[in-house]
Amino acid sequence: MAEAELVQITVRVNGEEHTLLVDTRTSVLDLLRERLGLTGTKKGCDHGQCGACTVLLDGRRANACLALAVAHDDCEIVTVEGLDHPLQDAFVEHDALQCGYCTPGQICSAVGMLAEAGAGWPSAVTRDLVRPPRLDADEIRERMSGNLCRCGAYPNIVAAIEDVA
Amino acid sequence: MTVTERERLIGAPVDRIEGRDKVEGKAAYAVEWSVPNPAYAHLATATITRGTIRAVDATAARAVPGVLAVITHEDAPELADGSGELGILQSPRVAYRGQVVGIVVAESSEAAREGAELLRFDYAVEPHDVVLTSDHPTLYRPDTVSPGFETDTVVGDVEAALHAAEVKVDATYSTPAEHNNPMEPHATTAIWEEDALTVIDAIQGAFFARNEIARRFGLDPSRVRVLAHHVGGGFGSKGPPRPQAIAAIMASRHVGRPVRLALTRRQMFALTGYRTPTIQRVQLGARKDGRMTVIAHDVWEQTSTVEEFAEQTSVVTRMMYAAPIRRTTHRLARLDVPTPSWMRAPGECPGMFALESALDELAITCGLDPIELRVRNEPRVDPESGLRFSTRNLVACFREGAERFGWAERDPTPGIRRDGRWLLGTGVASSTYPARKWPSVAYARRLDDGTFLIRIGAIDIGTGARTILAQIAADTLDVPLDRIHIEIGDSDFGRAMLAGGSMGTSSWGSAVVMACRRLLLGQDEALADTEGEQEESASKHAFGAQFVEVAVNMDTGEVRIPRALGVFACGRIMNAKTARSQFIGGMTMGIGMALLEESVMDPHLGGFVNPDLAQYRVPVNADIRDVEAIWVDEVDTAVSPMGAKGIGEIGIVGTAAAVANAVHHATGVRVRDLPIRPDRLLGKLPR
Ligand code: FES
Ligand code: FES
Repeated sequence: MAEAELVQITVRVNGEEHTLLVDTRTSVLDLLRERLGLTGTKKGCDHGQCGACTVLLDGRRANACLALAVAHDDCEIVTVEGLDHPLQDAFVEHDALQCGYCTPGQICSAVGMLAEAGAGWPSAVTRDLVRPPRLDADEIRERMSGNLCRCGAYPNIVAAIEDVA
Repeated sequence: MTVTERERLIGAPVDRIEGRDKVEGKAAYAVEWSVPNPAYAHLATATITRGTIRAVDATAARAVPGVLAVITHEDAPELADGSGELGILQSPRVAYRGQVVGIVVAESSEAAREGAELLRFDYAVEPHDVVLTSDHPTLYRPDTVSPGFETDTVVGDVEAALHAAEVKVDATYSTPAEHNNPMEPHATTAIWEEDALTVIDAIQGAFFARNEIARRFGLDPSRVRVLAHHVGGGFGSKGPPRPQAIAAIMASRHVGRPVRLALTRRQMFALTGYRTPTIQRVQLGARKDGRMTVIAHDVWEQTSTVEEFAEQTSVVTRMMYAAPIRRTTHRLARLDVPTPSWMRAPGECPGMFALESALDELAITCGLDPIELRVRNEPRVDPESGLRFSTRNLVACFREGAERFGWAERDPTPGIRRDGRWLLGTGVASSTYPARKWPSVAYARRLDDGTFLIRIGAIDIGTGARTILAQIAADTLDVPLDRIHIEIGDSDFGRAMLAGGSMGTSSWGSAVVMACRRLLLGQDEALADTEGEQEESASKHAFGAQFVEVAVNMDTGEVRIPRALGVFACGRIMNAKTARSQFIGGMTMGIGMALLEESVMDPHLGGFVNPDLAQYRVPVNADIRDVEAIWVDEVDTAVSPMGAKGIGEIGIVGTAAAVANAVHHATGVRVRDLPIRPDRLLGKLPR
């Protein structure tokens, strides 16, 4: 049985710097939710299986439940609370949410996904690996399949992202 | 009686009122409210399937730094009612794997969890029995089936009619255990103060939860308040309070601080209910022209040893189609399993998989189009109750859908359409769901600035309830939507139906209309209660038709759904945007039921062996392609003054049968056991 070990880290969350002692067992997700009061990022499984906890870690989408806080000293984290993105309006307009619990993860994931596609990253359904990928519905569905929505808002999520892509 | 002459907002595709909060991360769910100095609780759960705890060793758990308390059956407070699933820690008995055996409370969630993992139990293990069969020795006939229907019904001499029928179908279908898996795990914040208990809960009904919690803890209900402003899905599993709420309350009382307790995804598989597996025998007898003379639907399903849950699986068959002779039965096996519970359209959903698959088999046997078969068996009145239908537009849904889907060109021959290595097919099935309401209370007040406050104990689990109730209020008061302030999710607002049984809109909406009408009569505030309102006597149900296209891979057996269309007749639709989302969401869960979802019970270990979101597979974005939902014009004022029926569940009813029927059309293989896994097709596909 381990004594709770505390380690000091500094993270920038939504542009604000925080220096704090963290339990070495604490995930970035619990750091955000329980230490910093940023509950916009959701916990759906705590196992990297649902995407509800997706945030932007140093600019890339990541499952915060799989990231240990202590391993993210000096990291830049953006959560849904720190976003001001046209996707958010598009989600409301297209009703790309019902219960809303997967929504912050969907939106952070989509922001990260748009950047990946913009940088020319292919997906499993990309046919042409030479030219930059065109984000049609097939591409969006594939690239967003790490974010579960049990309410079944998928067609509307795709429509919202298509609007902005 | 119509109240919608000023109709402006009802039906309009209004954005969700709380949409901004949800996309900005501001909507607070059950363990996200800011409370002073919270402690964290984590549950310890049984690692055996049946037996008795002989001894508890909490030494290591208590020694974890930050652990504040360990509670087991040895020191848990005695509940006023310690029976059933909510009677946690009342005895050393273990009735199923994953049952609550301890609570660890700590300064941090990490410490609580570590403590729970270090809590040791010495068990006297007994042999268990967890597998449902249709000849199980414990099978019995429950007194009623949920929520109070007759267990069995018989009209006429079924065996003789089956014997005499010109055309027959006799087939047995099965559906597996399935878990609701809302994205928000079941969670509770409990705040026990000297003379008041506040429970912020992931719950579908605050008022019912308040009464249940008060009863369990022997408290006056007026001392208990249950709050749920945002709930991350439920689909029935958050209908009643679940054990984590009781545990959080015990923990808060014990440590004298607010306590947050969220179940892990894994714990949810044992503690939050699930859809019972079913075995269903359907026997249909018909004349050569397809008109049925007899329908029999016999069901075997399971319950636990903790409390009874009797799913009403064949009740739907009592009203769906005409036939002079009929039978429906339900038998339950009492197993060492967690208690099944409500999952989206309990009863109708598994029942219609069997019935609508059997109808497809009958259509093929008679050489009839499956839509025509349903038209020929359309009843003029409810076949068993004899009541007239308040509205029944099943045929209109099929006609509209057939037109849009391009059904007329369909060649019924199975197994002949190919696109490369994919076999293509289409199928249909009917949908239905009862349209009911329950007395609810609403409060309305005219404010000085010309706006209005509406309070009702409704819960919005993602249905859009908050939004449509504001629309209903605005239309009734004849004011723009921005003049309405709506507050929901609070047991202090009085008796209200829970968000279940597709009864929210009709129940809450009726109360809101009543309260607003009183303001129109000049009152400045009104507390309206629909209790005692006269109900028109009729058989009240929503209907729908589901059309599905499938592609089945000849080499791998993989089934894909390029296209699905649902056409529904659910009374007046309150909000075109949120309603479409409800229907599509239901159909999506139906596609999951058809192809993916299955909680696998291990006969040796006695628990579900795939209790996470990697192994219990739900549809992902790439699984859902062209899924569309539309509705036919219908107004049913026998159900509610707005003319609305409910829409939350019907979308899932019939989807799986439509998929199975389409798979048969594509491949010639009839799959009667869900889900339609590749191994159930491989080796049988045309080459
Ligand atoms: S909570 Fe992180 S992936 Fe589910
Ligand atoms: S909106 Fe409920 S899970 Fe996606």
